[in-house]
Amino acid sequence: MTDIGLIGAVSIVIAGLTIAVGSIGPALGEARAASQALQAIAQQPDEANTITRTLFVSLAMIESTAIYCFVVTMILIFANPFWDAVLKRAGG
Amino acid sequence: MRISPDQFVVFELSFEGVGTIPVNATIVFTWVVMALLVVGARLVTMRISSQLVPSGAQNFLEVLIEGLNNQIREVSQQPAAPYLAFIGTLFLFIATSNLLAIVPGFTPPTGSLSTTTALALCVLIAVPIYGISRRGVFAYARNYLRPTPLMLPFNIISEISRTIALAIRLYGNVMSGTVVVAILISIAPFFFPILLQLLGLLTGMIQAYIFAVLATVYIASATAPRAGENAAVGAAQSTSPGSAEE
Repeated sequence: MTDIGLIGAVSIVIAGLTIAVGSIGPALGEARAASQALQAIAQQPDEANTITRTLFVSLAMIESTAIYCFVVTMILIFANPFWDAVLKRAGG
Repeated sequence: MRISPDQFVVFELSFEGVGTIPVNATIVFTWVVMALLVVGARLVTMRISSQLVPSGAQNFLEVLIEGLNNQIREVSQQPAAPYLAFIGTLFLFIATSNLLAIVPGFTPPTGSLSTTTALALCVLIAVPIYGISRRGVFAYARNYLRPTPLMLPFNIISEISRTIALAIRLYGNVMSGTVVVAILISIAPFFFPILLQLLGLLTGMIQAYIFAVLATVYIASATAPRAGENAAVGAAQSTSPGSAEE
């Protein structure tokens, strides 16, 4: 397999693996956080404002790990530095 | 596909003898948002009145400021006045640029890593400024030696890593919205992209809110005396006049 083909194949496979594996953890974490917050709101409806705000902030923090994986995937597919380097070498 | 509006050069500014500066879509759309916010606020406050029933636009701005004030006060457990200008500007800029994403042809400047890094750097710099102005240099610097001086490198690393996380989080969320819509338009046009754009509006507002809340939390943790600090470093506090009245 040529360099370009190899880099393309590896990039696509790893991009899929990155987002697949990387979204498992945040999904479990967010589900747990949301269920706990719902339970807390059901027990203390008066504190719903504080709980909701804290829930949003912590969801964003948890979600950022998934977002990192997504950014890495996008870089691998659309802005792959190795791909560009090989293309430049082949062209020049 | 463009994954960043940085790559799209709208026009080039040329200076005699110096050279040209490429002006990309990020800068142009940032200017658009800035102009919208400034001109809109100016138009409303020109005809400001203290009547019992204010006009619609003035009412909207008052609700906005009141809400920001309440949120900052509740999150930071401190008076909101010193932080309102900074936090409010961050929130309004991010929220406006995310909401304008539904305007055709507008690419949100927050979907570029440069913009979000700039905003996160503002927070990184604002934290010590607020901390030092509220508590004095020594009391603020002592924060980094807590709970033991061994933690100094970790405290510095956490300061840097949370700034990076702040930038990447906003960038990733806004950029993923645009990219997913662009991909869906080529796969399943007309209906599903609209649903995802609605989701993108919601995410955009939540991200603006979260950016503001996190900035408030970071600033509040630098300005507020920590639990048990009064007893532990009572001597240090009485020497610095800035933190003595806390």
